[in-house]
Amino acid sequence: MSEEKIGVYICHCGTNIAKVVDVEDVAEWAGNQPNVEVSREYKFMCSSLGQDLIEEDIKEKGLTRIVVSSCSPHMHEKTFRTACERGGLNPFLVEMANIREHNSWTTDDKVAATQKAKALTNAAIERVVHHQPLEQLPVEINPNTLVVGGGIAGITAALELANGGRHVYLVEREPSIGGHMAQLDKTFPTLDCSACILTPKMVDVGQHPNITLLTWSEVEKVDGFIGNFTVNIRKKARYVNEEHCTGCGICIEKCPFNVVDDIFEAGMGDRKVIYRPFPQAVPKYPVIDKENCVYFQKGKCKACEKFCPTEPNSIEFDQEDEILTVDVGNIILATGFQLFDSTNIPQYGYGRLQNVFTGIEFERMVNASGPTDGKIVLRDKKTAPKSVAIIHCVGSRDENYHKYCSKICCMYSLKFAHLVHERIPDAEVYNCYIDMRTPGKGYEEFYNRLLEEGTHFIRGKVAEVTNAARKPEEEGKLIVQVEDTLIGRQRRVPVDMVILSPAMEAQPDSKEISQLFKMGCDFDGFFTERHPKLDPVATMTDGILIAGACQGPKDVPDSVAQGAAAAARVAGLINLGTVMMEPVRASIHQEECSGCRICNNMCPYNAIVFHADRKVSEVITALCQGCGTCVAACPSGIISGAHFTNDQLFSQIEGILWDVRPEKELVSA
Amino acid sequence: MKKFAYFPGCSLEKLALSYNNSSVETSRMLGVELQELEDWNCCGATTYFHVDQLLAYTLVARNLAMAEKEGLDLVAPCSACYKNAYFTNKYIKEDADLAEHINYALEEDDLQFQGKINVHHVIEIFVNEIGVEEVAAKVTNPLEGLRVAPYYGCQIVRPKHNGMESENPQFFEALVSAMGAEAVDFPERLRCCGGSLIMTSRHAALDMVRTLLQSAVNCGTDVIATACPLCQVNLECYQLQVNDEFGTNFKLPVLYFTQLLGLAMGLPPKKIGIGSELVSVAPFFKKYLSKQVS
Repeated sequence: MSEEKIGVYICHCGTNIAKVVDVEDVAEWAGNQPNVEVSREYKFMCSSLGQDLIEEDIKEKGLTRIVVSSCSPHMHEKTFRTACERGGLNPFLVEMANIREHNSWTTDDKVAATQKAKALTNAAIERVVHHQPLEQLPVEINPNTLVVGGGIAGITAALELANGGRHVYLVEREPSIGGHMAQLDKTFPTLDCSACILTPKMVDVGQHPNITLLTWSEVEKVDGFIGNFTVNIRKKARYVNEEHCTGCGICIEKCPFNVVDDIFEAGMGDRKVIYRPFPQAVPKYPVIDKENCVYFQKGKCKACEKFCPTEPNSIEFDQEDEILTVDVGNIILATGFQLFDSTNIPQYGYGRLQNVFTGIEFERMVNASGPTDGKIVLRDKKTAPKSVAIIHCVGSRDENYHKYCSKICCMYSLKFAHLVHERIPDAEVYNCYIDMRTPGKGYEEFYNRLLEEGTHFIRGKVAEVTNAARKPEEEGKLIVQVEDTLIGRQRRVPVDMVILSPAMEAQPDSKEISQLFKMGCDFDGFFTERHPKLDPVATMTDGILIAGACQGPKDVPDSVAQGAAAAARVAGLINLGTVMMEPVRASIHQEECSGCRICNNMCPYNAIVFHADRKVSEVITALCQGCGTCVAACPSGIISGAHFTNDQLFSQIEGILWDVRPEKELVSA
Repeated sequence: MKKFAYFPGCSLEKLALSYNNSSVETSRMLGVELQELEDWNCCGATTYFHVDQLLAYTLVARNLAMAEKEGLDLVAPCSACYKNAYFTNKYIKEDADLAEHINYALEEDDLQFQGKINVHHVIEIFVNEIGVEEVAAKVTNPLEGLRVAPYYGCQIVRPKHNGMESENPQFFEALVSAMGAEAVDFPERLRCCGGSLIMTSRHAALDMVRTLLQSAVNCGTDVIATACPLCQVNLECYQLQVNDEFGTNFKLPVLYFTQLLGLAMGLPPKKIGIGSELVSVAPFFKKYLSKQVS
């Protein structure tokens, strides 16, 4: 038997644990286990009084190991480690048993829950005996930051850091920053012009001495860890020399070929083959769309080069992609969202019935610099609709597509209704909604304003949009079939134009992005925050932060707030200069290493070196991230992971099986 | 020759005899044998499930068990039979408790159902098992210029199952095109025909039939193709009553898709039950036959 003196603390967590687990019984039972010096239960172990209990017991009873059975270690491991430290014990001599998330929250069965609480607590008791005191490792923070995504969230994060005197690399996949916000005409609920509030920020980014702006670029590879990331960025060939180009735009004017702009104009308008997505684009340099360029495809044209007035000429047909390598200390992901593809709901007719529009098509249409100069017209580009139906929740709050509420759609649908009233005063506007969700400063007031403007609100999910007329007044119209749940009737509303309000969804490649940056994303593809309430911009990977709609549907104010919050977090870390890292590291027993080198190539961090002279491998502690790959791979079993040693893990397993294992035949004994 | 256990269902014995004959004939010509299940019983239709669900499942399971004993998948030409068989099969596979109850009852008949077979609608046999291209290859008398409204009805595609597209299916259109005919864009093709409502709420059901017929006429239909005996009865047999009730003047023929396919494959009309309609097929037949002659 070991000499250790263990203190066991069972938390009630108010009623979170105690309403299902018999905590008194668990505490009493634990008191009788080997090595346990003291066992207590307490209402809130995380409170300062709870922590004091641990601290005092260490000092008075000479405890050498601590077990706390409470919530997930994600929640309070740090709290209890600090309490240990205050009591004079190495913080790594504490072990937590999760009897809340893994137990009391999952069942109502008191007997089973109490039994499981004993098993989990016992596993911790048997494990903690084998814990060793460990020292945290200080890591220096590189003061440069990478921001991925140049929408409003990324722009905000980059400017906050840059204005604070820190260098930022801002990477954007499209030729210009601005993101979705640059496509909008008005922003709810104040109806300020989107471009008017966004472009000054874009200009600031473009001119900021502390920001290296890399548009038309994508991150390809990320190595390292908090404080010390090395990132490879592919700067795609623009075929325009950014140093010589003045952004005069003559090449765009002279380019003889138009193509449909599916991205910025959402298919509603054209652009040239050499183009800037929109007049206020930052940077101002155009880009050649190689796929559609006649010179690249057929070898003839070169109109852009011919008319380029700069000396030397800015057009460079032989430009190639460049790979840039940058070192940064932190990474903020603000990669944004895409809109749900409305053709997935064929009964709403998008793509089949020509006067069904998506929200973003309508945004471009009402934009004064958009393809119709702000006129609301049908697909024929001349007839103004006399009646418009706006369908909410297209692809959201729907079992078949996305279960979540997309949050911004009610508000932008109300904005659409207002814009129709404003531009076509005698038009009838119908908003078909499931529930009206307008939480936000000034949002409900905006809804009330629309009620006064005479919008017809129909509470019901639309079943179908059809052109099959059943009555003479439906001839030539789109008919919206909807159950009006407030009057309890099916209605058929004939209109000229239908606007669908599609859900915000994760970027199509969000899973690959999350793998690239080694952090998590949820079932819907949105990035997972460290804590949904208390830590919404951090991720489970230190040094990787998230901001804006890549974390979940969000409007402009929320995205801006998250961008700034992520920047503040990074700025704080940079100020600190160093960060303490978990001492969870692998080490190779040099005397026993056979030099087989199997571990060498397995290490994802290149942290293992081979000493050819002695024919042994060694882990470079500063590079090791404690992933455990080499520990599992070593055929001789002589690599051990600190805090995850074989002794610790086997005794934890045996501990959890305390009630079924054979008496006195312990495997590890 | 690929073989299936064929469950004709009650209406195909008499009222929809033409559907029965044309299904068996055309599928045979395409290399599929529909072998009638011996001693089959009613599927419970639209009502029994509302009276006693467990007994209704048991009734259907008896047919499934007999097909399984033969080692054959079950095929039903009637959409209601198909829906009942499909979902009973699915629920028994998913619910061990239900399976136990049902098998307890089936023991009386020396039967057991293990959930080893699948259930298909007869139109799925043509579309999925034989394949539209294969069908097109066997068409000798393409129905050129004939405007056919492919009427799915509600029960083939709903509730959602089999990974089938329930809002904008295209397989019936593809089949009609394979016959050389033109599938019209028939917007009401997934709407209910009124089903058994005709017995309980006649006016409401007739109104539903009227909506369908009007929509078909509006898109220039020569003939409506159906894949369900109940749809066929409502649309054809009640057409005169619709005319009486609403003062309309519909004379729109309604045939089973297998009858049209039979014509396209050169089967003699009589063999596939053409000639016993209530709404004459003469007008479109004239159009079709004149093409054949010229």
